[in-house]
Amino acid sequence: MTSLFTILFDGVAYGMLLFVLACGLAVTLGLMNFVNLAHGAFAMAGGYICAVLVNNSGWPFLVALPLAFVASAAIGVVLERALYRHLYARSHLDQVLFSIGLVFMSVAAVDYIMGSSRVFIKLPAALEGQFDLFGVGIGRYRLMIIVICGFLTVALQLILARTRFGSRLRAAVDDPRAAIGLGINVPQVFAFTFAFGCGLAGLGGALSAEILGLDPYFPLKFMIYFLIVVTVGGSSSITGPFLASLLLGIGDVAGKYYVPKMGPFVIYTIMIVILIWRPNGLFGRTAAR
Amino acid sequence: MTTLPDVSTHAVASARWRPGEIAFWIVVVACGFLFPSRYLIMTDIVRLALFALSLDLILGYAGIVSLGHAAFFGVGAYAAGLLALHGIISEPVLALVVAGFAAMVLGFFTSFLVIRGVDLTRLMVTLGIALLLEALAERFSDITGGTDGLQGIEMQPILGHFAFDIFGKTGFFYSLIVLFLLFVLARRIVHSPFGLSLRAIRNNPLRAAAIGIPVNRRLIAIYTVSAFYAGIAGALFTQTTALASLDVFSFERSADLMLMLVIGGTGYLYGGLIGAVVFKMLQELFSTITPQYWLFWIGLVLVVIVLVGRARIHRWVLWLPNLIIRQFAGRRAVVVVPESDPS
Repeated sequence: MTSLFTILFDGVAYGMLLFVLACGLAVTLGLMNFVNLAHGAFAMAGGYICAVLVNNSGWPFLVALPLAFVASAAIGVVLERALYRHLYARSHLDQVLFSIGLVFMSVAAVDYIMGSSRVFIKLPAALEGQFDLFGVGIGRYRLMIIVICGFLTVALQLILARTRFGSRLRAAVDDPRAAIGLGINVPQVFAFTFAFGCGLAGLGGALSAEILGLDPYFPLKFMIYFLIVVTVGGSSSITGPFLASLLLGIGDVAGKYYVPKMGPFVIYTIMIVILIWRPNGLFGRTAAR
Repeated sequence: MTTLPDVSTHAVASARWRPGEIAFWIVVVACGFLFPSRYLIMTDIVRLALFALSLDLILGYAGIVSLGHAAFFGVGAYAAGLLALHGIISEPVLALVVAGFAAMVLGFFTSFLVIRGVDLTRLMVTLGIALLLEALAERFSDITGGTDGLQGIEMQPILGHFAFDIFGKTGFFYSLIVLFLLFVLARRIVHSPFGLSLRAIRNNPLRAAAIGIPVNRRLIAIYTVSAFYAGIAGALFTQTTALASLDVFSFERSADLMLMLVIGGTGYLYGGLIGAVVFKMLQELFSTITPQYWLFWIGLVLVVIVLVGRARIHRWVLWLPNLIIRQFAGRRAVVVVPESDPS
């Protein structure tokens, strides 16, 4: 019984993490209809920046986290302005090829600069270990992830639904031409959204170094997970990808615990079955129009 | 009614063998005799060309973007490996065909998943199937050898006469003949009314359906054929290298394949063949400069190709050959830029 709760807890933490990693992709892929397979590269960038700051420069972990966000967002905005914006109107094939190219470059570049072995981030002592709550073992680090990610989710939902910027973004996505006609600066809105998504990915990358492992092949290894979150979740709101991430997280952790020999088999099967059943995702409207 | 004969004469005229094509194949065969020390790498190119040809059939002609074409390659490779290892079918040509059919069966059943949904769902499903097969191959390591791969495969002589030699000469000509036969078949397919209907589907599925083309059935058919081709390419890989390991299913293999096809150009059959040659040469070049980080340069090539624009690059590449052809054979003989890609 207790192990069931622990699995549930770990699964929720894992799912929350996946959500923060992938929700930027939900916006670019689902809302802007751009197939960006290189999303994991931004997460990796955030993770490595955090690792360098904490391990080499001796910064506190909790200060390095926001910096990972800012740095990834900066990289994102530079790439968006320099490269990505030329490809918004191109075919999906072009977008796939372009982003695979970026992934390959990022993998080789990080391998060259940082080496190919797995990187660990030194955690403050307060975040290590676990404590018992009504007999359920709760990892401090995972609890922190749940708190941070839960807070971010609520904030995102509020920004999207309640603020001026949120309504501009929704307008720009629904009908870019009409939005321009109304005086909304659509390219700026897209650039800002893209950068914010990359920043979140960077933050997720920094948080996930402990749980998912951080090495140069991170973007390739987890690409499929980010894509699952978006395609299964759909993109009508933040809720769809959020529920899909939780489902994926709990399913993956439970699958690895109960049928360890089947490995990633469980997740891929679930994904294919869901996509056959609902080609446009479980929740809301189509993921790509 | 008057347009009907025009369409058929146009189709027949475009299906005729051109001097350039015959010259191409003569050059390819000549390479086999001119560079006897390079059989291994040339065999690799021939295999990749066949694999690229199979992707071109669905991507260039039917507009299906696939990120997991390695699935069929892998099934073909393991099928050929297992057939040879356990001596079920020891004759290579027969084993090749059987391995191709194994991939074809998988292609037929997965095609129902692929024709549902839009580009993005297709990407996911094809990628998912390849990853699933990789996970399965790793799981059932007692059959597939797991991460070590199939070892100790010994190939019997082809048709009982031509034994595989250490220099790879037999392997090269064997692969080349298979490539040529399948190329002729593919050429026949894409120039048939069936092939024309595929192009109509690629350009606009809705309109194709409106003029009475059974879109889904055609897509299933070409996907199955393409899986057969990929399976044969995989089987050739196993037979000529006597090896089958987990990386036949890897994502990098599918991605490299896309790059190959994009270098050569989609939507015309020589695209995959030329792309395979250029890709292999680039790979050799990069891995001699930086043995560890050649992936970076491959990625850079992809990004640059997309940013510059694929059609524009092909016009530049074809500029010089066309200038020469125009001098000798007149304006009509020039090689045209392949048709635009699906959007």
